[in-house]
Amino acid sequence: MALSTASNFAKPDDAFRAVVEAHRGLSEKDSADLDAALVLILANHIGDITVLREAITLAKGRMIDSVQQQQQQQQ
Amino acid sequence: MVQVNPGQGASHAKVQFGYHRHGDQDRAAPAEHPVVVVGAGPVGLSFAIDLAQRGHAVVVLDDADRIGEGSRAICFSKRSLDYWDRLGVGDRMVDKGVVWNVGRIFHGPSELYQFNLLPEPGHKRPAFINLQQFYAEAYLVDRVNELPEISLRWRNKVTALEQRNDRAVLTIETPDGPYRLSARYVVACDGARSSLRQMVGAGFSGKVFEDQFLIADVKMTAEFPTERWFWFDPPFHAGRSALLHRQPDDVWRIDLQLTPDCDPQVEKKPENVRPRIARMLGHDEFEFEWISIYKFQCRRMQRFIHGSVIFAGDSAHQVSPFGARGANSGLEDAENLSWKLDRVLRGTSPSQLLETYHIERSAAADENIRESTRATDFMAPVSAQEARLRKAVLSLAKETEFGKRMVNGGRLSVPSVYETPLSTADAEEWQGGPCPGTSMLDAPLKATDGRHLHLTDAFNVLGRRFTLLAFANGGDVDAPDEVGVVRIDGDDGFADAEGFAGKRYDAKPGTAYLLRPDGYVAARFRHPTRAAIAAAVARASGLN
Repeated sequence: MALSTASNFAKPDDAFRAVVEAHRGLSEKDSADLDAALVLILANHIGDITVLREAITLAKGRMIDSVQQQQQQQQ
Repeated sequence: MVQVNPGQGASHAKVQFGYHRHGDQDRAAPAEHPVVVVGAGPVGLSFAIDLAQRGHAVVVLDDADRIGEGSRAICFSKRSLDYWDRLGVGDRMVDKGVVWNVGRIFHGPSELYQFNLLPEPGHKRPAFINLQQFYAEAYLVDRVNELPEISLRWRNKVTALEQRNDRAVLTIETPDGPYRLSARYVVACDGARSSLRQMVGAGFSGKVFEDQFLIADVKMTAEFPTERWFWFDPPFHAGRSALLHRQPDDVWRIDLQLTPDCDPQVEKKPENVRPRIARMLGHDEFEFEWISIYKFQCRRMQRFIHGSVIFAGDSAHQVSPFGARGANSGLEDAENLSWKLDRVLRGTSPSQLLETYHIERSAAADENIRESTRATDFMAPVSAQEARLRKAVLSLAKETEFGKRMVNGGRLSVPSVYETPLSTADAEEWQGGPCPGTSMLDAPLKATDGRHLHLTDAFNVLGRRFTLLAFANGGDVDAPDEVGVVRIDGDDGFADAEGFAGKRYDAKPGTAYLLRPDGYVAARFRHPTRAAIAAAVARASGLN
C-alpha cells in the first residue's frame, strides 16, 4: 500500500484542531466549499495518483460502514 | 475547381454537385470493385485520395449532391494538416484557414490563464487551423477530381447491404433507379447517423449529456485576436460556459451552454439568440450564418470491422466537440486504415493486419471519449458536489499553477499513442524521442543544395512507405530494399541545421527510427542491423 496510515504528525491533536478551527463559524455551504478546496490542494501536494486512489478507497469505506450501520439499526 | 459560395447563409448549399449516370448502372450483374467508400465527408474523401495515391481504384458514394448546412467541424490539428500535406491539399487548407496556437480561459470577468499549444518553433504546420468543413470538403473534392482512380458518385444512396464470404454487395438508389455494386471492402464513413452501421446490425452506445449547447456562426468585421477564448460563468451568460473561435471570412463560431430543460426550438430563434450574443460581443453588428442546438454524445461501436465493412470517423465513434477530436480523429482513422488496406489488397500483408486498425483506433476512440467526457463534465457538473469541486478548481486557478492545469475547457487533440502488436519494443537506452507507437515529430532540415524543408516533407517525398530516419555515423545504413531512407547529417544527408531533429529524436551517431507509412514510429535502434530492421518491418506489416 502506497498510502501511509501510520501516524505522521508529532502532535496529531494540532492537525485535527487546525482543520476543525478552519471550519468554525462557517455555514454548511462554506464548510463544504472549504473542504473541496482543501482536498484538491492536499491531493496536488501528494502528487501521487496511487496514493490518492487508496485514500479515496479508505475514505469511501466510511460510507459503506455507515450504510451498513443504518441497515443494522433498521433491522 | 469547385466553387464555394460562403456568403449565402446557412440554408444554402455551399457547393452543388451534379448527379452523373455511371456505366456500372447498366450492368446486369453487380460490377466488382476492390474498395467502395460510403460518405464523401472529410474522412471518406481523405481516405479515398490516400488509397488512390497508393494506386488503387476507389468508388465513393454519397447520398447528397451538395456541401453545406453550417461550418460543423472547424478545428483541424497539426496532425491532420500533416496528413493533408501527404494528400496534396495541405497548402490550400492552411492558406485559407485561420492559424492559431494560443487559447485563453476566463472565469467571470477575468482571465484565468492562457496556453500556447505549439510553443516550440521548427514545425511545418501550426497546432491548429480553423476552417469551415465545407471548405475542407471542397478542396478534397478538387483533389479527388485530379485522380482518375476515384469514381465519386453523388446522389448514390446505399439502401441495402449483403455480406458474402469475402465481399459485400451494396444496393444503391439513384435518380435513375437502383443498381448494385460488389466490393471486396466497404469503408463506411457515413457519419454519426451511419446507415451502414444499422445495416450490419451494430450498436452505438455511450453517454448522452443532458446540457444543451447552442452553436452559432456569426459574421462580423471586428478586431479580435486569433485565439480560442473559453469562459466559465461569463458576465454575459451567467452560470454557464461559452466559447468563441475565429473562422475565415470574418465568421466567428460561438458555443453557448444552455440549461438541460430549455426548449431548443425557442432558444434557436434568432430573436432569442441575438441579445445573448450581443452581450457577449459588446455590440450588435453581426449577422447569423448558422444556428444549431445540440446535446452531445460520447459513444462508439464495439467493433470497427464487420465482415467486409470497415467503419471510420463519426460512424464508428462520436465525441463532444470540446477538444477538436471529431474530424481529427476521423482523419487519423483514414490514415491508419489506408496503408494497411493497401498492403492487404496488394497481398504483401495478410488480412489480419486490418485487425490492428480496430485495435489501434478503437483505443484512440476510447481515449478521445474519455478526454471529451471529462471536459464536458467539467463544463456541466452533474451534482452539487461536482459544481463545488469545479468552483474550487476555478478559484484556485487564480493563485496556483496546479489549479490552472486542472481547469478543463477542452483538452485539444494530439495524436494518439498506440499500444500495438505492430511495434517493436525498445531494446536500448533512450532519454527522449518518440517511443514506438508514437507519431513522428517534425523538424526543420536543409538539403545539400541549400533548400529548406521539413522532416515531414522528406517523408512525403519518399512516398510514405516504411521509412528509416537515420542519423549518420560515417557509414551507410544497411536498410532492406523496400524501406526508404531519410539520412540526416553526414556527406549526403539533410543537415539538421537548427539542431531540432537531433534533440527531438534523442539522436546519437547511428540512431535510426523506423517509421510506418502513416508516420508512426514502429521501432528505433541505436545501431541498426539489416536483420533487425527487416524484423521490425515484418512485425509492423503483420507478417509475424
